[in-house]
Parts: sequence; structure tokens; C-alpha cells
Amino acid sequence: MNQNEPLHVPEHDTAPAPLTVYGERIASRLLLGTARYPSPQVMSDAVRASGAGIVTVSLRREQARGRTGARFLDLVSALPVRLLPNTAGCRTPREAITTAEMARELLETDWIKLEVIANDDTLQPDLIGLVEAATELVQRGFKVFPYMTEDLSIAERLVAAGCRVLMPWGSPIGTGRGLANPEALKTLRAYFPDLPLVIDAGIGAPSHAATAMEMGYDAVLLNTAVARAQDPVRMATAFAAAIAAGRTAFDAGLIEPSDRARPSTPVAGTPFFDLDPPAPP
Amino acid sequence: MTAIDTRRRSLTVNGTPVRAVAATLAALVAEQGFAGVKVATALNGTFVPERLRAETPLADGDRIEILSARQGG
Repeated sequence: MNQNEPLHVPEHDTAPAPLTVYGERIASRLLLGTARYPSPQVMSDAVRASGAGIVTVSLRREQARGRTGARFLDLVSALPVRLLPNTAGCRTPREAITTAEMARELLETDWIKLEVIANDDTLQPDLIGLVEAATELVQRGFKVFPYMTEDLSIAERLVAAGCRVLMPWGSPIGTGRGLANPEALKTLRAYFPDLPLVIDAGIGAPSHAATAMEMGYDAVLLNTAVARAQDPVRMATAFAAAIAAGRTAFDAGLIEPSDRARPSTPVAGTPFFDLDPPAPP
Repeated sequence: MTAIDTRRRSLTVNGTPVRAVAATLAALVAEQGFAGVKVATALNGTFVPERLRAETPLADGDRIEILSARQGG
């Protein structure tokens, strides 16, 4: 073979298929938060570098005679993304429902990332309040993205309420601990093979995100791991690569782990097979 | 004919006590400096759509939230 010929590169596209949620196809399987960046410009650059097709935003009290919200809305509206408003900080179904209604008018979307927070220290979801709020919001025409734990019975209730995507946590918000309960996450994945499942919260490193994707999760939502990195824009590209790699690996079919070693090099034709085994030392 | 109501109301706007002339939620939004600004409103914990603000009267003790979009995770 001529050494100067280029290596053969497969011509078929190996990029993972798009994510489909609520009937919409989203090219990227990374969902990115917009909070905690060093500056609005870095946030904007990180979102673009990540390739994210969905970013989360919140609703907060507007400062009297201020334009903070309007400026922020202009900034995110210029990004090539869909906005997913959240109900962060809401402690009751009523607060979450009111916030969702306000978000729907303000951002002109019926998508809502539903958070009902139970506890300040863990920021864990109030699962009972979550089901109550999700039920009401679906009836009011919202497309609900519920932030939940990996609890299977709650997942069933959320699906029965009309949620067509679930977002179990990896570990508590902002901790960066990764997937704290991988066995339960695998169970959830196996139980809902066709439902879009997004790991939301707790992701600290691209390897965590890749692991979630290898497990067959449809997407990963993260914020702090990118926003608080020394270089958020580079970290955004690292997460994009890890998530694409994890999904491609899942699509390609991972091997099953084995308890016993198995030679990868063929045994047939091994030289010196006819010699006596070496004597123990 | 209705008398013009110039009494000030004791309200709580975004958690801060406010004495406002506004008799309706629409007037309050303008009085607070948000005329022409994209905001969403709630009165006593219930969402009030923009189109209903002008016909939503205010009373002493009302709690009003005026929100806009912000960074979020």
C-alpha cells in the first residue's frame, strides 16, 4: 500500500441521532444551564461552544426601574437554542404552578422544567408536591420536564400524569458528585425503554456525563460543572464531546463486563505452546 | 360617573412595602417603572396574564410579584 495514500475514513455519519422531546427534534443531547458563569459573555460563548439545543432559565423578581431581565432575555434570545424555563426555588405546587404560568407568558413556551424543592440542604425534590404540580400543569396544557429523584414509583405517577420526559438527578444540585445511584438509574432506564430520560443535576465531570449516556440515558442537563470551570468555554466543548461519545458508544452496543479474563489475541498459533509451563518460583 | 381614586394603597411589591396610587395591576406595573418592559405578574400568589392587568383592581395588603427572565439551571 502506498504510504502516501490517506487512511480510509468511513463515509457514513457517526453522529448520534437527535434527541426527541415532546415531538421536537433537538440536535444536541446536552442541555445547559445559564447560571453561575463569570460573565454574560462567557455564558453565551459556552452555550455556543457546547452545541446545546436547549438552555434553562429562571424567573426572578425584576428590579424596580431595572432592565436586568430584559437584557438577559435579549442575550439568550440571540442564542440558537430553545429556552426551558424552570421553577427553581419553588417549595409548593402552588408556587411552581404560578411560576410556570408566568414563564409561559414571558417566554412564550409551554415547556417547563418543574422543580418543587423539599429541603434547603439537599435541594432534593419534594416528590409528592412534584406529582401534584405536574398533574395540574399537564391539565393546563404544559409540557412538563420534571426534576425528580431516581424513584421508580414516582416516575410511574409522573408518566400517568402526562409527563413525556423524566429528569432524574445524578446527585444533588451543584455537588458535582456524578451518578450517586447508578443501579437505580439503570433500573429506571430499563423500566422505561422508550421514554426520554435526562440526567439532571450533580454532574461534575465529562466522564459522569459519558457514563450516563453509555447507560442509555437520552440526554444530560448540567450547569455548574461548566459555569464554574476555570475555562467554561473549553469545558463546554469537553462535555459536548463526552456526551456524543457516550451516546455513540450506547448506539454501538457495549460489551458485557466479565468476571474472567479472556485473551484478546487469538490463542491458536501461539508459539512455544508445546513447551513445559514455567516452574513456579 | 366614578370619582377618581387618588388614595394610596399599602402593597407589597416583590417583597418590598410600597405606597402606590395605582388602582389596577396595569397601573402599578407602569407606576413601578415597567411600562413597555416584558414582565410577568402575580397577585397574591396567582398568575395574572398581561391582558387582564388593566381590569385587576388592587386593595390594601395585596402582594404583587413582577418577574422577568434570569439565569437559571
